[in-house]
Amino acid sequence: MKARVFVTLKNGVLDPQGKAIGHALNGLGFESVGEVRQGKVIDLDLSETDAAKAKASLKEMCEKLLANTVIEKYEIEIR
Amino acid sequence: MKSAVIVFPASNCDRDAATALEEMTGKKAAMVWHQDSELPDVDLVVLPGGFSYGDYLRCGAMANQSKIMGAIKAHAAKGGAVLGICNGFQVLTESGLLPGALMRNAGLKFVCKPVSLRVEESQSSFTRKYEKGQTVTFPVAHGEGNYYADDETLNRLDGEGRVMFRYQDNPNGSARDIAGILNQKRNVLGLMPHPERVVDPLTGGTDGRKLFESLIEALS
Repeated sequence: MKARVFVTLKNGVLDPQGKAIGHALNGLGFESVGEVRQGKVIDLDLSETDAAKAKASLKEMCEKLLANTVIEKYEIEIR
Repeated sequence: MKSAVIVFPASNCDRDAATALEEMTGKKAAMVWHQDSELPDVDLVVLPGGFSYGDYLRCGAMANQSKIMGAIKAHAAKGGAVLGICNGFQVLTESGLLPGALMRNAGLKFVCKPVSLRVEESQSSFTRKYEKGQTVTFPVAHGEGNYYADDETLNRLDGEGRVMFRYQDNPNGSARDIAGILNQKRNVLGLMPHPERVVDPLTGGTDGRKLFESLIEALS
């Protein structure tokens, strides 16, 4: 089973990298670009075949390591 | 005072910390490898600066998973002193020993320069030899020193007198100019600036000596 985890900054947490990307896009002429926020994508191969179990285990991985829940939120996608 | 310095892969201030500890205490610090599971019998554990595990995932995140962290948490739970400098501070927030998180500097640049700090509290084992309100100069050298915590946590830190050092000219966007904080039990200090780099006039100053003198007085 394959899974994808998205880790992004929580709303309200300043994202200076996103801001710099936004400025750069504006500089390239993409004037419609407003706020930009960036994050991480983590792809995982799992030997688990039960989707519910995989999801529970991925949630634990996010809480313990993949995300720092003080500043980040995460979304799990089973594919 | 007996001390230990933890060595992670890509720690790079471990020797600075050991040299400062030996200079200040007259005793060699034990160098403890991250894969060890036990600490020697020490009063103070120092988590040094650097880029442990190449800052992979998030700075301090991988170091927090290393074997030695269990022993460090047990040492802290018993009331033992823990000092996290720079990357060490990042490891302490990742581990939950200190609240909040350290994020990318607001200006996105690595900042490497001496900074002026206000010593906010002298009521601690780490700062008792300083005067409350005194200004000291320590160097900073970090790309991710932007302290973040929610308002409730920040209010609690302020209310409980746990902000130990504040930047006078904020170099990284830290909330409320915070440069260093204590845990609730007041035995764990994390700070981004480097006191261990200012214990010898040869390397630019001596303002860090009082931090080590405080610990020696409190722990010996």
